[in-house]
Amino acid sequence: MYRYDAIDREFLADRTAEFRGQVARRLAGELTEDQFKPLRLRNGLYLQLHAYMLRIAIPYGSLNPTQLRKLAWIGRTYDKGYGHFTTRTNLQFHWIKLADAPDIMDHLASVDMHAIQTSGNCVRNVTADPYAGATAEEIDDPRVWAEAMRQWSSVHPEFSWLPRKFKIAVTAAPKDRTAAKTHDIGLVLKRARDGALGFEVMVGGGLGRMPYIAPTIREFLPANRLFSYLEAILRVYNRHGRRDNIHKARIKVLVAALGREEFARQVEAEWEKIGNGPDLPDTELARIRGAFAPKRFETLPVRSEAFDAAKAANPAFARFVRNNLKPHKVPGYGIVEISLKAIGQTPGDASSEQMEVVADLGERFGQDDIRVTHEQNLVLPHVKLDDVPAVWAALDAAGLATPNMNLVSDIIACPGLDYCALANARAIPVAQHIAEKFRDQDRAERVGELKIKISGCINACGHHHVGHIGILGVDKKGEEFYQLTLGGSGAEDAAVGTILGPALPYDRVADAVDTLVDVYLRERRDGERFLDTFRRTGVAPFKEAVYADAH
Amino acid sequence: MPTRIRLVDGRYGLAEDPFTTVTDDWAIPQGDVIISLTRFQAEGDRLLSEGRKVGVRLEADEEVEALAYDLPRIAVVALNFPKFGDGRAYTNARLVRERYGFRGEVRAVGDVLREQAGFMVRCGFDAFEPADGSSPAIWEAAARRFRHVYQRAVDGRTPAFVERGE
Repeated sequence: MYRYDAIDREFLADRTAEFRGQVARRLAGELTEDQFKPLRLRNGLYLQLHAYMLRIAIPYGSLNPTQLRKLAWIGRTYDKGYGHFTTRTNLQFHWIKLADAPDIMDHLASVDMHAIQTSGNCVRNVTADPYAGATAEEIDDPRVWAEAMRQWSSVHPEFSWLPRKFKIAVTAAPKDRTAAKTHDIGLVLKRARDGALGFEVMVGGGLGRMPYIAPTIREFLPANRLFSYLEAILRVYNRHGRRDNIHKARIKVLVAALGREEFARQVEAEWEKIGNGPDLPDTELARIRGAFAPKRFETLPVRSEAFDAAKAANPAFARFVRNNLKPHKVPGYGIVEISLKAIGQTPGDASSEQMEVVADLGERFGQDDIRVTHEQNLVLPHVKLDDVPAVWAALDAAGLATPNMNLVSDIIACPGLDYCALANARAIPVAQHIAEKFRDQDRAERVGELKIKISGCINACGHHHVGHIGILGVDKKGEEFYQLTLGGSGAEDAAVGTILGPALPYDRVADAVDTLVDVYLRERRDGERFLDTFRRTGVAPFKEAVYADAH
Repeated sequence: MPTRIRLVDGRYGLAEDPFTTVTDDWAIPQGDVIISLTRFQAEGDRLLSEGRKVGVRLEADEEVEALAYDLPRIAVVALNFPKFGDGRAYTNARLVRERYGFRGEVRAVGDVLREQAGFMVRCGFDAFEPADGSSPAIWEAAARRFRHVYQRAVDGRTPAFVERGE
């Protein structure tokens, strides 16, 4: 993992000192709320329905046990004993007092953490493949580039006051676990025929009111030219992105208005003028790369007797293995997915005790490495198969062993009307009702991969557009209704979902999902996921079944 | 006269403004003036031929490329911030320095607050008309807030990736 050096620490100390001064000015009445707002937002502090919310950055979703324990401690000391992991792989506390915020920032800084640029019209937390450094699929370690972008984007002199927020994802595997195509910039590492490393650059994806799948503007960018090219994209956007209408200010609107070819032409023209001045020297890239040098893995047999025996003896463990254990690049190791989607719980929430359990496991069995996924789960990327039974037992005791990765109850949901001032409808209870419907794990496994994503309003923080089943809360004359979309995906087969039909009332949503699943089970052919069946049959059989009663 | 802070050789101080900023609906007075791009394109040659210094004020949606061939004749490029959060002028400032090598004054006008000081200085501004009553000392403290920077920019500060190699 990347470790802060003295420069990173002093930079952070200067930032926390600045923030402490700003809060003091606000509390003394020297700053009005209007003046304070953009300053606190730069530090992740939102004013929500009930209290301040603090959004803490977890760069590329990577944590060490000390950091996770500190987050647990902050949750217990300054919040209600839990935190919420977000689709940007950040952690939010929802019950923060303004006067405590500077102290919290200092505690975070003590473990090299912060809340810089987790809000505001700037480059936000860069996300990366949560399996980085562990999966055999990747052709390079995307964290190297994500960390370099973290530094480059921190208090950037020219690009800190963009038309709107700006999100970048980077992955190096063909299986996209970052939703790269729904980002302002999605970067996919590739190798050219001659072995040279580069990026496919996709620009202008996004969800919200106007969902777009990002088009590719460059098939192959030499890796060492990344920063000059990013500057060219950001400069075109900073100058020409709309600033007259907040809903049309994202780069996706500019790319759509100009068209992919014209946008790409403008970027290339600017890039030529920029030259290679902003590109990072190879020495710095090598320094960062050194921080992500492969762990020391033991030479182990492919099969573990202890693991096989536990699987044979314990069906619950075997189910966990089927769903939550993923292949590691090194024989004898596995990637353990920790579900934060226990049936009946709020998706993405973890109590301080649960965070401590994961921190301990990461330390004891996981090479001090813990990841957060954009699907709001946690990952221990390097666990010996021999140790998986012990890890499972500890997770199970803490309510963290729900065997539902990528299954119907592994739902993304925004905080919704329970917390958020923008929401039209609740999202969390809808997720809970659906999960209850599929409490029967055999049935959930028979259904297989099915990604449900729920947003409580059109801002789409729950990514409903790219859910295999997407659910959007809308307000109809003061009542909560839900619009269903089918066939979306945020992965390498990215697409925006198709609207099923008229919105449904709150108490019919879970039943409708149940009906959709029944149609899928009836219609599916060998090996088809829900998404595949839907894409083959189209919306008709699903629509007919859900609205049958209404006819 | 509004407060005008100048950055000269690394020092921040208050400075008299020898320029009169003239809006398009006013007659041009005697002496050195700052005028709009439109007006400069219509009357710039005449004003310059009278031997006075001329500055041009660019709005956020006007691009410095429009001045590319005139910069050697211009004394001041004033860049307007219509709103604190409008970041277009940072790009104009950076380009006027880096791409066009402009050595005259680059002045920040409009909704100019101390929270922008660091960004402005890094992008090449060397004159500021703060709207929040900041003194030069406050401005300087804000501009020097961070002991380290992560990017190369116009101010020539050593970025972290170079510091690390030293």
